[in-house]
Amino acid sequence: MLTLSSLKPGEGGVVSALHGGGAVHQRLQEMGVIEGAAVEVVRIAPFGDPIEILVQGYHLSLRKAEAALVELEL
Amino acid sequence: MWNWNCDGPMRVNDQEPEDKQRTLAIAVVGNPNVGKTTLFNALTGLAHVTGNYPGVTVERKVGALQLNGTAADLVDLPGTYSLAARSPDEMIVVDVLLGQQEGETPVDAVLAVVDATNLDRNLYLVSQLRELGKPLVVALNMIDLARRRGIAIDVSRLSKDLGAQVVPVCAYKREGVEELKRELLRATRGPAPSGGGPDYPPALVAEAGALETTLNAQDARRKLGREVPFLEVFRLLIDRDGYAEHRLEEEMNGGLRPLLDEHRERVTPNGSLAAIEARSRYAWIRNVVAAGVRKPATPVTTVSDRLDSVLTHRVFGTFIFAGIMATVFQAIFAWASPLMDGIDTACGAMGEWAGGLLPEGPLQSLVVDGVFGGVGSVLVFLPQILILMLFIALLEDCGYMARAAFLMDRLLSRCGLSGQSFIPMLSSFACAIPGIMATRTISNRRDRFTTILVAPLMSCSARLPVYTLLITAFIPETHYLGGLVGLRGLTLLALYALGILVAVPVAWLLKKTLLRGETPPFLLELPSYKLPQWRTVGRKVYVQGLEFLRRAGTIIFAIAVLVWALAYFPHSDAITEDYAAQRAAIESGQLTGEERDSALEELNRKENGEHLQNSLFGRMGHWVEPVVRPLGWDWRIGMAAIASFPAREVVIATLGTTFFLGSDVDESSDSLKQVLHAAEWPDGRPLFTAPVALSLIVFFALCCQCGATLAIIRRETQSFRWPLFTFAYMTLLAYLGAFLVYQTTTLLGWGGPAA
Repeated sequence: MLTLSSLKPGEGGVVSALHGGGAVHQRLQEMGVIEGAAVEVVRIAPFGDPIEILVQGYHLSLRKAEAALVELEL
Repeated sequence: MWNWNCDGPMRVNDQEPEDKQRTLAIAVVGNPNVGKTTLFNALTGLAHVTGNYPGVTVERKVGALQLNGTAADLVDLPGTYSLAARSPDEMIVVDVLLGQQEGETPVDAVLAVVDATNLDRNLYLVSQLRELGKPLVVALNMIDLARRRGIAIDVSRLSKDLGAQVVPVCAYKREGVEELKRELLRATRGPAPSGGGPDYPPALVAEAGALETTLNAQDARRKLGREVPFLEVFRLLIDRDGYAEHRLEEEMNGGLRPLLDEHRERVTPNGSLAAIEARSRYAWIRNVVAAGVRKPATPVTTVSDRLDSVLTHRVFGTFIFAGIMATVFQAIFAWASPLMDGIDTACGAMGEWAGGLLPEGPLQSLVVDGVFGGVGSVLVFLPQILILMLFIALLEDCGYMARAAFLMDRLLSRCGLSGQSFIPMLSSFACAIPGIMATRTISNRRDRFTTILVAPLMSCSARLPVYTLLITAFIPETHYLGGLVGLRGLTLLALYALGILVAVPVAWLLKKTLLRGETPPFLLELPSYKLPQWRTVGRKVYVQGLEFLRRAGTIIFAIAVLVWALAYFPHSDAITEDYAAQRAAIESGQLTGEERDSALEELNRKENGEHLQNSLFGRMGHWVEPVVRPLGWDWRIGMAAIASFPAREVVIATLGTTFFLGSDVDESSDSLKQVLHAAEWPDGRPLFTAPVALSLIVFFALCCQCGATLAIIRRETQSFRWPLFTFAYMTLLAYLGAFLVYQTTTLLGWGGPAA
């Protein structure tokens, strides 16, 4: 399974599923990380976490634990 | 010449039609970082009323404006991405919009502020606001930036599709503000948006309708005593475990969850309602944007992107961050100190002057030591607060704050905090008070409270005099590595490290116990960089400074007066008379000139010392002696520690007074060091040995002997529970730390006379 957390800077994909539940799940979708949305990893923070992604035309920072909930297809 | 024009506005008011009497209420809502505050300021000018919503630390800001002669109150609501409330900020937004916030009038219209460069995400909130049943106006902010990026927006098409008038504005240039006011007035007389919203699956619409009917049925409504509006019903259904559900559950005394689950089940047996909502809204947004917005085929690389490739770069970004933090720290640590000294001296001088006007006695002492001493102890923090708040406002307004959190998140997430805690923690090394005020930038309540509770563990500048005195007095000046490293410097470093090392497990424990809960999602928007607006920055600094003086000032002042009373009463007349007699004896005696003056001075110090020992504080010192004995302290050190409750650095003056030197000493005072070295137990053993000095230093590194910090915690948490808790846990830690250090160093045989 390909997830957002496994991408390197410059790589991207299309969200195919969102796992997990509760607040994280809902907040991710409100922020535009929904099925069918294109996402791209812009960079990874100096200590390896969190990551910065480009989604819906803006920059969003999220932790790898949260990015691991986002399943992608290339 | 007298200006008769001052009557002008009155006449205009007299001519107003009658239907404009009532003040309209308009709520301003928007995502964070869309320039909402700048637009709010542009609309209302500088006359705001700020305060807190009852019971929560969410700032309430209201400004007045005139809409073509009609008075309106603009309510600036906290930035939010959605009406699915989970944090106190979001709850306030929803409550005010639904007219359910205690003490707030129902809003007549809603002003949504959106970022024209990022309509896709911004319209999510707008799609929810459309469903409120209130007239809506959309301010399309940063329209100039959108144009520069080649984004063309068809305003009339967008207005039609949104069902609300869209007004392009540029808040920092104040462009479009007048048109916005006209549209706001028109909207308050017009209808709410209707039709044409997101296409929800029929099952969702049907179940929401059924739930609305059930909740508003006659018996349910009588029990509840209010109507449940459709937007609330929608949130109840979709936000499993959300704010709306918890609140209504409480109002209904249970029984809601099974009802909701039944309806949820019928919409989708095991799917996510939140996903259905988000997909429906974003599908609608895609259509709206496709029809009304033209974007360049290849997005332009913005200045902001280029800046970020350096500022959040693995290597450069980290160095630049360290540089910025060093500057901030240096500024609050060093640049503020001349101002602080000036305030301190001025308050002291004013106290003396006022004291000179009053007869000797309790009133004079209250004015000099209590009032001016107390006011001074509040005012000295002002330069640090203003400087730190200036930096924070600048960093926040230009968009760097989010990057700082991005860079530092990993380090802090290990003890359960987030990157947003970094700046408050760092600031606390200068002073916990601005540090605690800086926690307002932390979005999650539990993270914010945890940061507030551990911030006072960082070694602040007020501890430095205590460290300096005791280290130079009792730590030998040994050098290692050919003079590069000194034992005294190492001790100082160890004390700074101690605070951090203790804060990590404390924060971790707090997040596991008192402040436990779901790990908040760390979803942080990294907004485009922009030039800071001096109006917004200046206003923020001014409001923070003023609020500190007004609100914290009263508590700190009350504590100062209380401490003064404890150190003054019961002011034994016998002692005063005894010393008066001795003074008379010296004055009429053989001594002359300098000798006589120094004898009188000596006598004054002794009198002060005796009064202090006889005071309530002095008595408390005797009571606590059995408690502080295991730390290697005698009752005098115990009393000095207790009397330093208003501020740690007071301990130096108190040690001076206690050991018969008078209170006019500072940390560099050699005579105080000599007197401390000479102090003895009743049996003649030296009192201050290395273990005793170390135990005292460690106690002061970990304790919360700072009335101002506790007052600010009370204000920021809106509760007496948290400052009491902070004081209790830090005092306990300080005691345990001092105990361990004393006992271990004594066992190691460091107990001989200190070098």
